[in-house]
Amino acid sequence: MQAEISSAKNVLELTGINKSFGSVVANKDVNLAVKAGSIHGIVGENGAGKSTLMSILYGFYQADTGAIRVDGREVGIPDSRAAIAHGIGMVHQHFKLVENFTVLENIILGAEEGAFLPSSRRKARLELQRLAKEYELQVDLEAITENLPVGVQQRVEILKALYRQARILILDEPTGVLTPSEADHLFRILRRLRDEGKSVILITHKLREIMDATDTVSVMRRGELIATAPTSSMTKESLAELMVGRRVLLRVDKSPSKPGEVVFDIRGLNVRDQRGVRMVKDVSFSVRAGEIVGIAGVAGNGQTELLEALAGNCVPESGTVLLNDAEIAADPFKRREAGVAHVPEDRHAIGLILSFPLRENASLGYHRRPEFGTSPMLKRSKLQQYAQAYISDYDIRPPNADLRTSLFSGGNQQKIVLAREIEHDPAVLLVGQPTRGVDIGAIEFIHRRLIELRDQNKAILLVSVELDEIRALSDRILVMFDGAIVGEASPDASERELGLLMAGIAEQDQGRG
Amino acid sequence: MASFLNIRRIVDFAVLPLMNVAVALLISGLVVLFVGQNPLEAVGYLISGSLGSGEGIGFTLYFATSFLFTGLAVAVASHAGLFTIGAEGQAYLGGLGIALVCLSLDRFVPWYVTLVPAAAAGMLFGAAWAFIPAYLQAKRGSHLVITTIMFNFIASSIMIYVLVNLIKEPGSMAPQTRLFDKGGLVPKLGEILPVNIGTAPLNVSLFLAIAAAVFVWVLIWKTKLGFEIRSTGANPAAARNAGISYVKITIVCMLISGALAGLAGVNILMGDLGKLQLDFPAGIGLVGVAVALMGRGHPVGIAIASVLFGVLYQGGAEISFWMPNITRELIMLIQGLVILFAGALSLMFRKSVYSLVDLFRVSKPEV
Amino acid sequence: MQEFLSTVILLLSSTLRLSVPLILCGLAGLFSERSGLWDIGLEGKMLFAAFAAAAAAYQFDSAWVGLFFAILVAVLLSLIHGFASVTHQGNQIISGVAINFISSGLTVLLAVGWFAMGGRTPQLQPEARFPTVVLPFVEEMRSVPVIGPIYADLISGYNILLYVAFAAVPITWWVFQQTRFGLRLRAVGENPAAVDTAGISVDWLRYRALLCGAVLCGIAGAYLSVAQSAGFVREMSAGKGYMALAALIFAKWRPVPVLFACLLFGFLEALSIRFQAFDFGLGAALSTQIVQSLPYLLTVVLLAGFMGRAIPPKAGGIPYTKDR
Repeated sequence: MQAEISSAKNVLELTGINKSFGSVVANKDVNLAVKAGSIHGIVGENGAGKSTLMSILYGFYQADTGAIRVDGREVGIPDSRAAIAHGIGMVHQHFKLVENFTVLENIILGAEEGAFLPSSRRKARLELQRLAKEYELQVDLEAITENLPVGVQQRVEILKALYRQARILILDEPTGVLTPSEADHLFRILRRLRDEGKSVILITHKLREIMDATDTVSVMRRGELIATAPTSSMTKESLAELMVGRRVLLRVDKSPSKPGEVVFDIRGLNVRDQRGVRMVKDVSFSVRAGEIVGIAGVAGNGQTELLEALAGNCVPESGTVLLNDAEIAADPFKRREAGVAHVPEDRHAIGLILSFPLRENASLGYHRRPEFGTSPMLKRSKLQQYAQAYISDYDIRPPNADLRTSLFSGGNQQKIVLAREIEHDPAVLLVGQPTRGVDIGAIEFIHRRLIELRDQNKAILLVSVELDEIRALSDRILVMFDGAIVGEASPDASERELGLLMAGIAEQDQGRG
Repeated sequence: MASFLNIRRIVDFAVLPLMNVAVALLISGLVVLFVGQNPLEAVGYLISGSLGSGEGIGFTLYFATSFLFTGLAVAVASHAGLFTIGAEGQAYLGGLGIALVCLSLDRFVPWYVTLVPAAAAGMLFGAAWAFIPAYLQAKRGSHLVITTIMFNFIASSIMIYVLVNLIKEPGSMAPQTRLFDKGGLVPKLGEILPVNIGTAPLNVSLFLAIAAAVFVWVLIWKTKLGFEIRSTGANPAAARNAGISYVKITIVCMLISGALAGLAGVNILMGDLGKLQLDFPAGIGLVGVAVALMGRGHPVGIAIASVLFGVLYQGGAEISFWMPNITRELIMLIQGLVILFAGALSLMFRKSVYSLVDLFRVSKPEV
Repeated sequence: MQEFLSTVILLLSSTLRLSVPLILCGLAGLFSERSGLWDIGLEGKMLFAAFAAAAAAYQFDSAWVGLFFAILVAVLLSLIHGFASVTHQGNQIISGVAINFISSGLTVLLAVGWFAMGGRTPQLQPEARFPTVVLPFVEEMRSVPVIGPIYADLISGYNILLYVAFAAVPITWWVFQQTRFGLRLRAVGENPAAVDTAGISVDWLRYRALLCGAVLCGIAGAYLSVAQSAGFVREMSAGKGYMALAALIFAKWRPVPVLFACLLFGFLEALSIRFQAFDFGLGAALSTQIVQSLPYLLTVVLLAGFMGRAIPPKAGGIPYTKDR
């Protein structure tokens, strides 16, 4: 197998790909070669640039610089049509299916035979029968797509690509929505495709899938492709290390915690997302006054949904949330009034109103409180006063409360949210990704502030995909995997120990894996 | 950087609206030329007819008063991210409320006693007519644009029925009420102020409209509710995270919107017609859409836009009087073009003006 | 019996006549809205087309030339809508409202400017209108009881555009269900990203949908001024474009139900005209107004989800951008 791979030709080569969105560098000098008849995994954390790279390959974005070669010939891919013409097919993370179409209609869309459908349908039925048999891709062609389980919808996406005679099939996080048995079925299909001589690019952050399914693996980190090697030469641990990287060790001076009473208590929480997929599974834990509990985990394992449910932004399927032994309703206003403050993961989408001046964002959500006026009027002078206080206490720059919030840097925006949520004296602070997209200086400041808050005897729940951050700040670490809390560790636990938990390798199946 | 932002603000609030009007007038001028008339002559009548005499100004401001009410109505909803076309029907129904109060009180009390309950009834009827589309949007996700259009038609049918069958003046053929007695008529400005506006129906409703504009300004920019309205319009998800209820904001906003539209009847019925008659709003609700778009939702901008449309309405009448080959419908055309440029194509103009402005600047704003 | 039959036939044939502009506009809206573009401007497009048809038919003494100009004008207005809402990703509702205003203003302005008849166009001579089509064997059939009068007075004896309108329904159905264009059009209104990733241009597809609608709108306009009447009068579309929009929603954005919704609304209109003509005494006026507003009431009830659920095309009203 090994020899076969190394002797095979490169079906696809990317050289020197660079892509920036404004000042954000998404891909930096990426070189990638994919061999014919292989499954090539690409791993990396959220925001490592995997999806951008694949979007460039599929013609959704254009690279700023760099070349794409298919079968050794340089090609331009200005749009998806060109990608399809070069034999590239893609199964997107969020399916690109027309939900009220039949499976057959979805498959022939854009690949019709001539202007009339009856002949297209006839031809497609024959061809699809063959493909279904060849690759174990049985689907009811007349079924309405939205009525099918997600695993079957994914099969439709694969059929779509194969029907267009794709030789290079890209799958972006394909197992995120699948049950384990559906995932197994998917990998069987992928191996079948490889054995037929097709190339598969598998984008994932799940190490187990890389180890189980791929022949070659590339690791991306912060926009760069930092390593490519045969999968057999790697272990989960070595991949995890590459993925996370040896970062500058974050040092936060902190004294040992002096935890007090349990303040925040979560019991049996289950949360489904909008698609109806259960993202948080029977989660129970508690946070004491004066401690930081960190939730570690690879992105997409239910942390986002957990945080949203705790903040009251979505109603959980079941479970109770207790603050000082009293149940609190699932409503963001009532939660805040009760003393649960929330620094959301995505400050742009739900934390701030970017078109508003700093002054207004600095009190958004607290504006009904009497300090901003006991009448229906909102006291601008008070807004200004609070904003000015935050600006000086949190060193927000430029120190101008009238400036539109969108004109502040990520770090300063985060300080606005943090100041707002901390300075209204909450009992519990929920913090999601406190330093995502934040510059080094601000990171240090934010970390220090969180520790200070802990020492003021507040209960803090920290969710972060940055393992270093979790280890530097937390007094206890809970690891989340596939919606459940799979283990607890102390901040002194080794990176390997945490990495194993995060990769979903519980103690009992280590022997098996 | 600050000066840069100011330039963009100037572009947004002054240059772009002026450009929109200029382009709309230019195209209309071409149309006038196309039908074989002299556009410059028309502009002359437009200006002199609307601003050249006390009477002309009186008519101009009379029209502007109605547009101010409906423009504010559309704007309040737009701050919550709601697009409503329902001001027309709400004004129509509001007129019914006003007329009912006038018909019951006008023979017994002076106008200033009638005015308060009449205005309240207008607001109440207008708000009630806005409530159903608001509720359906907030709770059931029914498209507000469509339901408000439908409600305009339904309002029209209801009013025909009411006028013909219930409150028509006995013995009259026309579907209209009897004339209000003087207790149901608000004074013209010429009667209470030392101004000469001739026969123009400009009346004390002007002050009511100005008060409404101040109210909207205070509501949107000075109150907690206004803050929540603007938050919901700018970023519904962030507003929700801040504990602001979408349902509450949608319904409250539309009730206020309907109440403002309902007030327009005070100007038209109590200030001019002195009776309720078929189809009295005659399009003011739709002008409100144009005025709100052009005024960019700000009461000052809406007031300026209302006067501008008042000029068009009065001046347009003047043009059609002196130039029989140009009709008042010229206003509709200009209105449509303003809506097109200030509304649907606003991005196109803004992009090109911004890049023109940027040409003269060395540095870009820091992000 | 005889009299009853002739009354029914009269009512039904009036229904057919009144349904025609609704059907054509409803189908026009179907094309644009199923492609993901709200089309509030149907009213204005039909109105302007009606004016263009009457003016051109008068000028060139030909109904067909009138039809050509009607379609041309509707196409131009649709291109404005496309330019604003597809190319520049502007607000589709605002663009549609603007088109309605522009049409209301420009038609009268041009009519007065050119013809100086107070916003009308000159009365068309019979040669410049669409003639009545008499189907074969009408006279021979007339003596057959029941079927005879139905054939002669209900099925035969309209102008060609009425038959075109009714033929447009199965053709539209066929285009939507059986052609590549129809498949793509249905897809782009639901999930433009699916169309884009399939390598098809979303913008061009939407422009083509708008053009199909424009042709239908143009025919509707010509029907109003050159077939049903003998010339243009101001505001002659009289809200029919909005009613077609209501019918489209009532039909849940599907071609064949559009026909039935339009027939229903046309029937209600025919009914209200008859109620006005004959005095039924007490409550007659009430019935007229209820009947007239019934289409709008029914549509609101449907939109509210109290009577089935009208689910609009998912991508409707949202400009398409590649940004995620």
